[in-house]
Amino acid sequence: MSNPAVASEQGIVSKLIGSRNLTIGATVTVILLAMAIVSYVWTPYSPTGMNFRDKLQGPSLAHWFGTDNFGRDILSMIMVGARNSISVSIVAVLVGAGIGVPLGAWAAARGGFVDGLVMRMSDLAFAFPALLTAVIITAIFGPGATNAMIAIGIFNIPVFARVTRGASMGLWKREYVQAARCAGRGDVAITLLHILPNINHVLLVQVTIQFALAIVAEAGLSYVGLGTQPPMPSWGKMLNDAQTFIYQAPWLAIFPGLAITFAVLGLNLLGDGLRDILDPRVRRQR
Amino acid sequence: MISFIGGRLVSLVLTTLVASVIVFLLMQVLPGDPAVLMLGMNADPDAIAALHRQLGLDQPIWIRYLHWIGGFVVGDFGMSLTYSVPIRDLLGPRILVTLPLALLSMAISVVVAIAIGVYAAANRGKAGDTVVMGIAQVGVAIPNFWLALLFILLFALKLAWFPASGFAGWDGGIWNGLHSLILPAFALGLPLAAILGRVTRSAVIETLGEDFIRTARAKGLSRSGALWTHAVPNALIPVVTIIGLQFSFLLAGTIIIENVFNLPGIGRLVFQAIAQRDLVTVQTLVTLLAASVITINFLVDLVYGYLDPRLSRGGH
Repeated sequence: MSNPAVASEQGIVSKLIGSRNLTIGATVTVILLAMAIVSYVWTPYSPTGMNFRDKLQGPSLAHWFGTDNFGRDILSMIMVGARNSISVSIVAVLVGAGIGVPLGAWAAARGGFVDGLVMRMSDLAFAFPALLTAVIITAIFGPGATNAMIAIGIFNIPVFARVTRGASMGLWKREYVQAARCAGRGDVAITLLHILPNINHVLLVQVTIQFALAIVAEAGLSYVGLGTQPPMPSWGKMLNDAQTFIYQAPWLAIFPGLAITFAVLGLNLLGDGLRDILDPRVRRQR
Repeated sequence: MISFIGGRLVSLVLTTLVASVIVFLLMQVLPGDPAVLMLGMNADPDAIAALHRQLGLDQPIWIRYLHWIGGFVVGDFGMSLTYSVPIRDLLGPRILVTLPLALLSMAISVVVAIAIGVYAAANRGKAGDTVVMGIAQVGVAIPNFWLALLFILLFALKLAWFPASGFAGWDGGIWNGLHSLILPAFALGLPLAAILGRVTRSAVIETLGEDFIRTARAKGLSRSGALWTHAVPNALIPVVTIIGLQFSFLLAGTIIIENVFNLPGIGRLVFQAIAQRDLVTVQTLVTLLAASVITINFLVDLVYGYLDPRLSRGGH
């Protein structure tokens, strides 16, 4: 990394362009989003339409990623899979951040008993392997995309609570916060006006990390049949189906996995890039 | 140190108890009456009521909880509803699949991570560092069940070195059982190694910049001597933290990986039990899994106290 003194003199725009991680990560994420959005209006073939004459074809010009045992076009399924994967992950992260951030901010603002309570609750939540929680939740409420969102969202809550608490604890001792308090502002107002704006970069990085984890979790749940339900294509379900035909049609097992890896890699690079730029402490360490 | 351990032990027991209450309550919400599931939809209501009594389902909820947790503490987990055998008997052979799998994956993860992390840190900024960390960056993004499929394609179908699925059992000797666990263990362990390797690298780089490393070099210790005797041991604290956190990932991973490879372990048992509404088995397994995560975190805290005595003296 460049000398921090020099880096701080550069404009934020040149820093944004200068970060390789960020450029690659942002590009991959945009491609992924574009694929998902385009799938609403156009896919090369119908993602659910069966065509037995063309079943189990290898990659070709007509079917770039080949076809599955029902003759469905893999590329079209992956595009729609991106849409499902992203929408589940967005809601899951929103659920996690929407509940976790206020809890963490509350813990940091009040300290003492409230803080202890929130932290013990998150310790408890961490005792359950995330995927196991998701499996039980989908078992209780039934499999499907909506319940997968809730299940993945629930294990995001303690993560956001911890990160928010950790990042805002120190801020409460700062002079400007003390001053705001002397001026008669309440905990909620101080949190909204002074704490959250100062930790939003930490939260933004966490959002990208949790988004990547949510994509893997959704794929995992769909793989075991508890996530997105057929005939809606999902990357995890496609991998599960591929296992049956792994001898005749290995490409079925390649492309959906590549899509997941590509998505997660892009989001991770985006997160690393954002952290390098937004968190001066990390930049100096490298 | 004693009060440190004592305090952690109390919180270990309390957390486990609260976890067991949560699991128990969750199981009460699980739709599907086990008696109806066992006897069929059109069963005689009297028969269902009789089975309720036999299963203790007519008792108040707190009595059922105390009855269950009381047995749990002494290792009597009750009877499985679908297999009609004590849950303890179900657990035995399955733990002999899941535990070796988890330990093997963990060992792979730690060995690979320390190797690549220390190598990258020692060659910081050089081509080797860039290549190894680039691979690790991709490795973090690969889901373990996809890696498992790729391993099956390459090592089981193409090269036929390992079985594509199933478990040969331990009866035919250690190698027989181990042979079926190698692909699953690598599929689980390598993505974790990628995460841990990145942590190891930055921890070693950080300690390499400390004054005591310069002192060690100044007194004549070689570069690799300073690296292995001073930098690596001091970099272990963050590494141990992540190992502890990864244990929970690992347990979750075994649930999916056992499904990919069709291994008769705890993970598959959880699935089958949920599908069959075998509530007692589900709540026992989930509580056991949570308890083992809590215990591992407790052990990690103890290792901390050992690696960094300042923490156990309450200085933190």
